[in-house]
Amino acid sequence: MRQRSLFRLAACAALALCTGATTVQALQVTDDQGVRLTLPKAPQRIVSLLPALTETVCALGQCQRLVGVDRYSNFPESVKKLPQVGGGLDPNIEAIVALHPDLVLAALSSRSATRLLSLGIPVFALEPKTHADVQRAIAKLSQLLEIADGQKLWREIDAGVEVAARSLPASVRGTRVYFEVNRGPFGAGEASFIGETLTRLGVKNILPARLGPFPQINPELVVRENPDLILVGESNLEGMEQRPGWSRIRAIREHHVCVFTPTQSDVLVRPGPRLAVAARIMAQCMSDQAPRAKGLPQ
Amino acid sequence: MNVTRTGGLLAWAALVCAAVVVLGLCIGSAGFENTVGALLGPPNAERAMAQQIVWDIRLPRTLGALAAGALLGLAGALAQGLFRNPLADPYLLGSASGASLGVALALASMGSAGMLGSSVVNEASVAASVFSSSVWVRLGLTGAAFAGAVLAVMLTLSLARGVQHTLRLLLAGVIVGVVLGAVTSLVLLFSPDSLQAMQSFLLGSTSFIGWTSCLLMAVVWLLCALAAWTLARVLDGLSLGEATAQSLGLPIGPLRAALVAVLALATGTAVAQTGLIAFVGLAAPHLVRAMARVPHRQLMWLSSAMGAVLLGGADLLARWLIAPQELPVGVLTAVLGGLYLLWLMHRGSGSLGGLRT
Repeated sequence: MRQRSLFRLAACAALALCTGATTVQALQVTDDQGVRLTLPKAPQRIVSLLPALTETVCALGQCQRLVGVDRYSNFPESVKKLPQVGGGLDPNIEAIVALHPDLVLAALSSRSATRLLSLGIPVFALEPKTHADVQRAIAKLSQLLEIADGQKLWREIDAGVEVAARSLPASVRGTRVYFEVNRGPFGAGEASFIGETLTRLGVKNILPARLGPFPQINPELVVRENPDLILVGESNLEGMEQRPGWSRIRAIREHHVCVFTPTQSDVLVRPGPRLAVAARIMAQCMSDQAPRAKGLPQ
Repeated sequence: MNVTRTGGLLAWAALVCAAVVVLGLCIGSAGFENTVGALLGPPNAERAMAQQIVWDIRLPRTLGALAAGALLGLAGALAQGLFRNPLADPYLLGSASGASLGVALALASMGSAGMLGSSVVNEASVAASVFSSSVWVRLGLTGAAFAGAVLAVMLTLSLARGVQHTLRLLLAGVIVGVVLGAVTSLVLLFSPDSLQAMQSFLLGSTSFIGWTSCLLMAVVWLLCALAAWTLARVLDGLSLGEATAQSLGLPIGPLRAALVAVLALATGTAVAQTGLIAFVGLAAPHLVRAMARVPHRQLMWLSSAMGAVLLGGADLLARWLIAPQELPVGVLTAVLGGLYLLWLMHRGSGSLGGLRT
């Protein structure tokens, strides 16, 4: 008995020495949780548990390294063919293990991380919530995937947002907008990535940054702030005019409402590499829907 | 028994309700503000805005919270009298869970019907949101909640094989509540479109109560209270024990069925408009009993008034504390009602508001 455990100890020590030797050229990246991840080589079999991270891996041109995704990842088209391993909050650990990944990308809030780590699967936790987070996620993932110029992708995204902002007619600037995320009602505040995009587009969000990124608000606030334009997903539009008092909001009275299809909403609510696409969708709709000649003498 | 005491308490409750209404007009997304001044001020944009906010939003919301509280208080008094059990409330009998399952099923079926693509169905589904103010949607949801509540109470009663055995009744109620709650979650899981709206609804929300919901609740409350008032004799009889009640010549069976229906209607109507609001139904009758020992006939009115005060107050705090953001009102009722009940328990010696525990 004692001999066997001694033998095991020796084996462990040998293993530790070996891995120690390889870490010399190993890859070391720190994730958003502050955990320093050490990998012997760039991961080739990745499971992503967050749509925004799936999209980032693909935008870096490394889609072929994904072997599994969560059930909400649906872009680009090719990831729909990959095995699904549950959702970010309720991942199927067994299904993940069965895919033999050498890296799992997860949100900070995912409870799966500890379980996966104890099973010997490295987990890299990232939780993009703002534009800066998206930039950082791109930087870290390109480091991890050993992509030479990862920041090129961010520069393209940033330029795309800028183009969208410039495409807006001057009359739209300063339009006061309300972006409803869901019927709670939860809105997108200035502090959220959606709010940041709106600010870049030059419109005024009625939900100031101090309320936090996605506050649940008193519906009366929207009536009081009386936005010129409301942005909302198709599935949340139903019955909006019938909410108590809402029929008199300028945006609703004058039909200045941007309604996004479910596909568009997917793009808008993901803090990933499609930020520029999202900015373009919002800009396009706002230049069509926003009240014209605002504040100009008739 | 003590008519002047009852009258005094009712007057007190009416006074508090009036205060809640006045405060309710002044408290909103800007915290406390003097809307009355703006209403009486010069006719400008500010006055139009104040008029709209007070008339379309705050008044129906405040009155609606009072009406929903009254419904829950009434349901609680009925449940406790009917089952001779101080722990009985719309929650413990499963009727609230049944009602919310009814609402979830109605929404899910309306949602999937909308996907069929026929224009008629589409039109119906356009307004089929849990926060919709359309009369038909509200009536439909209320009907679904009522049916769910009745079925859940029936299920609890049949599982408990009658009301005689208190422990069995409570266990059956808890089981039915948990199982139906799980089924509700399952239904929501399969209709992700309504998931988020339903979730905030299930936490209890008074924020979208419009005039339609408000009127609906007021009318149903009046009907239920009148019915309960007429049938209250049975409850007094029952409180002396089943055998005594029977020897008094009361037709226990049918009357009890009628009271269960009233209980389910009151719970269902409240749940269909405001979601699951905890503790009001349980706490209201106890608070009344702590202040006065009254026969059921008067308890019905007093408990309604107390429920109205509780939920009305909670609604005020929900929109005031972190304005312009909102707290879920159900969380507040649980905290307020729970704390008060605890205080009552420790103040009295082993009795909770006049009922032995």
